[in-house]
Amino acid sequence: MPGIEDLYREIILDHYRTPRNRGELAPPAVYAEGNNPLCGDDIRVYLDVVDGVVRDVKFSGQGCSISQSSTSMMTVAVKGKTIEEVRAFVRRFKHMMTLSEDGETVDQSIKLGDIEALQGVVKFPVRIKCATLGWNTLLEGLDEATK
Amino acid sequence: MAGANSVLDAAAIRREFPVLTSEINGKPVVYLDSANTSQKPNAVIDAMTTFMRESYAPINRSAYTLAANATEKYEGARAAMAKFINANSTNEIVFTKNATEALNLIAYSWGRANLKRGDLVVLTHMEHHANIVPWQMLQQERGIELRWVPLTSDFQLDLSSLPTLLAGAKVFSFTAMSNVLGTINPVEKLCAAAHAAGALAIVDACQSVPHSPTDVRALGADFAMFSSHKMCGPSGVGVLWGREALLEAMPPFLGGGNMISEVRLDGFKCAELPAKFEAGTPPITEVVGLGAAVEYLNGVGMANIRQHEIAMSSYALEMLTSRFGDDITIHGPRNPELRGSTFSFAFRGIHPHDLSQVLDQSNVCVRAGHHCAKPLMKIIGANATARASFYLYNTTQDADALADALDSASDIF
Repeated sequence: MPGIEDLYREIILDHYRTPRNRGELAPPAVYAEGNNPLCGDDIRVYLDVVDGVVRDVKFSGQGCSISQSSTSMMTVAVKGKTIEEVRAFVRRFKHMMTLSEDGETVDQSIKLGDIEALQGVVKFPVRIKCATLGWNTLLEGLDEATK
Repeated sequence: MAGANSVLDAAAIRREFPVLTSEINGKPVVYLDSANTSQKPNAVIDAMTTFMRESYAPINRSAYTLAANATEKYEGARAAMAKFINANSTNEIVFTKNATEALNLIAYSWGRANLKRGDLVVLTHMEHHANIVPWQMLQQERGIELRWVPLTSDFQLDLSSLPTLLAGAKVFSFTAMSNVLGTINPVEKLCAAAHAAGALAIVDACQSVPHSPTDVRALGADFAMFSSHKMCGPSGVGVLWGREALLEAMPPFLGGGNMISEVRLDGFKCAELPAKFEAGTPPITEVVGLGAAVEYLNGVGMANIRQHEIAMSSYALEMLTSRFGDDITIHGPRNPELRGSTFSFAFRGIHPHDLSQVLDQSNVCVRAGHHCAKPLMKIIGANATARASFYLYNTTQDADALADALDSASDIF
């Protein structure tokens, strides 16, 4: 059995205890809602996209340490990136989470930085949904922002 | 030892359950998720294996000896079940896939024959999704009205305005025991209130039948349903009990083989009860297993199981409170006589999902989440809770193992 320390790495607990970019953004920023039917967690990701660039991002909602810290790290990583860069980054992250779709090209040169701490989640398959909740919600927010 | 006041030798009982004597990573399994699904004793496993090895055959449709014997075993389980809950006859016992299917059967078959736009169905705030969504589907389809019996601050049903809520109702459908709070509802009283208002009384008995003696006639209900897998039997089979006259008058649910007495190009005639509601080949082996579970539970004694769980509840409540004080919040009644041995709780602000993950390191199995009762969760102000539930095979050591594992969770978060 994988050790619990593979899951609860210090950087993950740090983002859980002190989440970054927690809050809301007023319109014209958009938001998307995601939930994890397994555990009842809800999350909202707010996006302020100007000229194809994610100028600001915030999140609200409740969740476990994995979903909250993963979303917190995600907001730090995507702020200031273009929409295309964000989408490529999400593909890179999901690849690490073993969730690449068939035929999808993943740019392995993209550095995930702190987010690599979430790799240990893969050893706890039930929790992969927790780790990706904020990211899937981000994708929905991007769709909303580019409608 | 199972606590000073227990009438059962739970330590001996657990030796009859292979999963409970197994180990993961060299440590014993501490199974506290029986409100979700129970473990299976050798008596059930052996009955099913022996049936498949020696007696398996179709039921109700072949003349040869093997099939006749299989039919006898299947119907024997029905007779044992009828006796177990004191039904009037075996015609009142319908085998379904599970309790969820039984509730859907009622909403679909009885509901579509008897409910029209504006008709009132009363539910409670402590229902499982299985006793909410089938009625909401009827609401969407037919425009029936739903009303809800609220909770008191001590996690009981608030019956102060029950007669008003029930006025003009066609159905009152409620749980005998909350799968989240552990609250045991006054079923006889609620059935009487339903009937006084001219409504049908439907009892979701999933959490009560496995844990205490059941006498459907004494309850005064019209329908009750429960699942085999929560009462030491296999998954894949559940029971719908209904008063014979009501089942008789209802249109069929699923159509197909076994449920007909005649089929022509221009129509069909239903079979007699209970076959009328058992279309297609049923879960034959599972029904045989359920029959063995009934026999097993009878051997232990349902009153003894209830006494054991009261003792477990007393122990767990006292021990968890004295050990953790305000760090633990138990969402449910404090009086062990008024509750089952199912405890939803919050602990030191740790998310239930994280909590259950850490408990798993000690092989302590608890459920984390919304327990298929999202409206109730919202009302008690929790997105999710952890839930530990005890059964006949749990001991005070299991409760202690839970507490020890909870302590280790604090070290991480």
